[in-house]
Amino acid sequence: MKYLPTIGLEVHVQLRTASKMFCGCRTGFGAPPNRQVCPVCLGYPGAMPTINGEAIRYTVLAGLMLGSRINETSKFDRKSYFYPDMPKNYQISQYDKPLCIGGSVPIQVDGIAKSIGITRIHLEEDVGKSMHFVSSSGVDFNRAGIPLMEIVTDPEMVSPEEAFAFLCALKQIIQYAEVSDCNLEQGNIRCDVNCSVRPEGQKELGTKTEIKNLNTFKGVLSASRYEIQRQVDVLQGGGSIIQETRRWDIDTGVTSSMRSKEEAHDYRYFPEPDLLPVIISAEQVEGWKKSLPELPQQRCDRFVRQYGIPVYDARVLVADKSVADYFEQACRSSSKFKAVSNWIMTEILGFLTETGSGAGDIKVRPDTLAELVELVDSKIINATTAKEVLGIMFEQGGRPGDIVKARGLVQMSDSGEIEALVDEALKGNPKSVADFAKGKTAALQFLVGQVMRLSKGKANVETVQRLLQSKLSR
Amino acid sequence: MMTDLAKLTAHEVLDLLKSGRCSSEEVVNELLTAIRSNDQQIGAYVSLDEEDAIAQARAADKARAEGGKGRLLGLPIAVKDVLNVSGQPCTCASKILRGYISPYDATAIAKLRKEGALFVGRTNMDEFAMGSSTENSAFKVTRNPVNRDYVPGGSSGGSAAAVASKEAIAALGTDTGGSIRQPASFCGCVGLKPSYGRISRYGLTAFASSLDQIGPICSDVRDAALLLDVMCGKDAMDSTTVDLPVTDSAAGFSDDLKGVTLGLPKEYFIEGMDPEVEKAVRNAVRTCKDLGAEIIDVSLPHTEYSVATYYIIATAEASANLARFDGVRYGHREDGIDPIDMYCNTRQAGFGREVKRRIILGTYVLSSGYYDAYYLSAQKVRTLIRADFGSVFKRCHAILAPVAPTAAYRIGEKVNDPLQMYLGDILTIPANLAGICGMSVPCGVTGKGLPIGLQILGAAFKEEDILRVGYAFERSMGQFSRNS
Repeated sequence: MKYLPTIGLEVHVQLRTASKMFCGCRTGFGAPPNRQVCPVCLGYPGAMPTINGEAIRYTVLAGLMLGSRINETSKFDRKSYFYPDMPKNYQISQYDKPLCIGGSVPIQVDGIAKSIGITRIHLEEDVGKSMHFVSSSGVDFNRAGIPLMEIVTDPEMVSPEEAFAFLCALKQIIQYAEVSDCNLEQGNIRCDVNCSVRPEGQKELGTKTEIKNLNTFKGVLSASRYEIQRQVDVLQGGGSIIQETRRWDIDTGVTSSMRSKEEAHDYRYFPEPDLLPVIISAEQVEGWKKSLPELPQQRCDRFVRQYGIPVYDARVLVADKSVADYFEQACRSSSKFKAVSNWIMTEILGFLTETGSGAGDIKVRPDTLAELVELVDSKIINATTAKEVLGIMFEQGGRPGDIVKARGLVQMSDSGEIEALVDEALKGNPKSVADFAKGKTAALQFLVGQVMRLSKGKANVETVQRLLQSKLSR
Repeated sequence: MMTDLAKLTAHEVLDLLKSGRCSSEEVVNELLTAIRSNDQQIGAYVSLDEEDAIAQARAADKARAEGGKGRLLGLPIAVKDVLNVSGQPCTCASKILRGYISPYDATAIAKLRKEGALFVGRTNMDEFAMGSSTENSAFKVTRNPVNRDYVPGGSSGGSAAAVASKEAIAALGTDTGGSIRQPASFCGCVGLKPSYGRISRYGLTAFASSLDQIGPICSDVRDAALLLDVMCGKDAMDSTTVDLPVTDSAAGFSDDLKGVTLGLPKEYFIEGMDPEVEKAVRNAVRTCKDLGAEIIDVSLPHTEYSVATYYIIATAEASANLARFDGVRYGHREDGIDPIDMYCNTRQAGFGREVKRRIILGTYVLSSGYYDAYYLSAQKVRTLIRADFGSVFKRCHAILAPVAPTAAYRIGEKVNDPLQMYLGDILTIPANLAGICGMSVPCGVTGKGLPIGLQILGAAFKEEDILRVGYAFERSMGQFSRNS
């Protein structure tokens, strides 16, 4: 029998607010344990939460980007359970009145486009981090209280690949909304995956299991692939699926049971009495709407239209918002849009991948890249020199014009000067001259290279080729 | 050197300090002497750092010599052991908070500190403010200074006993269901529970967040007004505080009650009420009439549901509020084979019976399947109780009622009957559920000499109304409380 999988996701996205959700503590990553803490986020007696308005705004912005409806009145609730990394042993979350309702994310898998529905988006606080040592354990509460936006999808993904595509598309939109750094290594995005399978032809969904706390999109892909197969195997073996929470072991590549439905927590939600309901007026939403950035797809279309670059280029550029921003900034200083795109897609992206840096952080500023493109276009330097100059810029920054001047890299365009080098090359390589005469055209390329070497790369290649050809065919 | 400084009111002490007729160090020394000689018997304090008290007093005297002008400069205040004062213990009279030292000041404390107040001694209470007699303290028994066989009331029993025994000039209490007004009544002090949102709760170890309020327990109404004025106001750390201009609550004080309408709710004169209490309150009503007030009959029809409503809402909130006491970050910790075992052992050893009872009750009413029947219904009844007061306060400035159905009872008398103890709060609980303000002012004594309190309730944020009534009434009584 054939089984159809269904996947729904709960995605926790860490917002990039400067301070925590309910107190003034900093949110920076990598501080020594328990340095970014206060009575509020440590759950000290008498300490009380107050709402970080920026976190509310970020969540609403994300909701607007995803097409959600913004609840005019939402509220916070206490979700109770005991765990050492929970300072108050309840988490302030949102139960029945989340900030955002509905919305969707378009995805494409194997060329087929589809839209995945968003059920709701709510705001909550993160917990601390348990750390285990040889003979003791500790908790680092730096992360406790950092705002988390939880995005819950409808159970609409029918394959692990769709779930993966959803996460990539969601990440891209959230990056565009600029509400999260989306840094997976730092745990900025964490997922719970709900999976079920049902026999083909059956309408109602099968019993689901929930895989908790996956930190990577690849992990979601592998874990849901495993879990779906496991469920199919259980059903085919005549067994039935138990509703339960499971954990994914990245080393062994299997999921295992954490707790069954009977052992599930009764979270005893009730309204957080220390906080007032959150009221967001229609005017406020309208105001925020005006500050919304373009969606990636809109930007891609605009790039093709405005800069006349191929769709392929536009897609590559908009995939990462900081790269797309970089491109647009460069295009303010150069009208050679396609050339700018080429340089970014090859050299800049290569450098970013290699060094793991963001386009906003590198020493080559967009206007200096544009200047480099202009230098090549006006034949002041050739492409070879340009790459060399860019290499210097990656390391030291600076303006390419200055580097070219300081290092004497201006392209040699004087025919007389180049002719002397051509003659020298011909004289020093009689064998290649003879090969060319025998019809080996590759010899010409070798000779071009020799001239370029003699010119230290500065000779205008076209001039070199023209001169060589005319001399050899004499 | 002055004598009997400890027997003065706060405003009298401040007048002497301002005029240079006594020093803060002298005041503190007299208090310490009184505490040393009496507190063995009374048991008002759970902790007291004498050296620190004298150091604070000397610093205040120095500040005054250098031109310091804080409104409370040099005034020592006793603090219920539920409020955080930086550097002091805050046990909530619970074993589970043994060893905890507050790293910060509650907002109310910070405001008092800014005006120069000193924090001398931590007063006993029912564990986590859960109780009406201070018998639920994990540490000691507090006795009623008027008659040491009797309870001082609770949960702020230590604060009331300290003021009544002249071991404190003024004290802070907290009131979740009557915990300021009832002990003030039992000990013959003035106790003010401000409106919900009037004083920041930041730094008050929460029992029931939607009901808790900090307030003063002192020897006269003027002192209550003074401390309220200093502590009140919007606080960025407590979202539930209201943004109202801070007023001079004593500005409207006068010796008569002309133009004041007072309501008498029939539901507050309940069956089983001690006739002596009823008589004293009815006499007080007559006194107010003689002072020029118009007395009208009013009705608060949902009063009978208030105790049930309260014990659902308060315990539900408490079950979450007290979850943080787990031994992980501060306070007492018992060993365990794993974290959950450690929690269980810690909470088993750390919490007393009444606290456990309320945590279990609160956990139950919030449980899946029971939420609608209990918590949600209680919230609806709460709305009705609030509406009762809303319509009554359209017709009168304040309500007069007893604080409790009886005067103080004997130590141990009700300790094994929690329901009887809960029912004793029926007249104070509605004010907390409605978020309105209330005050207890002494209005007489029983045949055994036990104090009786007159409860004056006012609309939310109309503290000046009840203070005015309390002041005129107190004047006409000749400041009864001073002689207890």
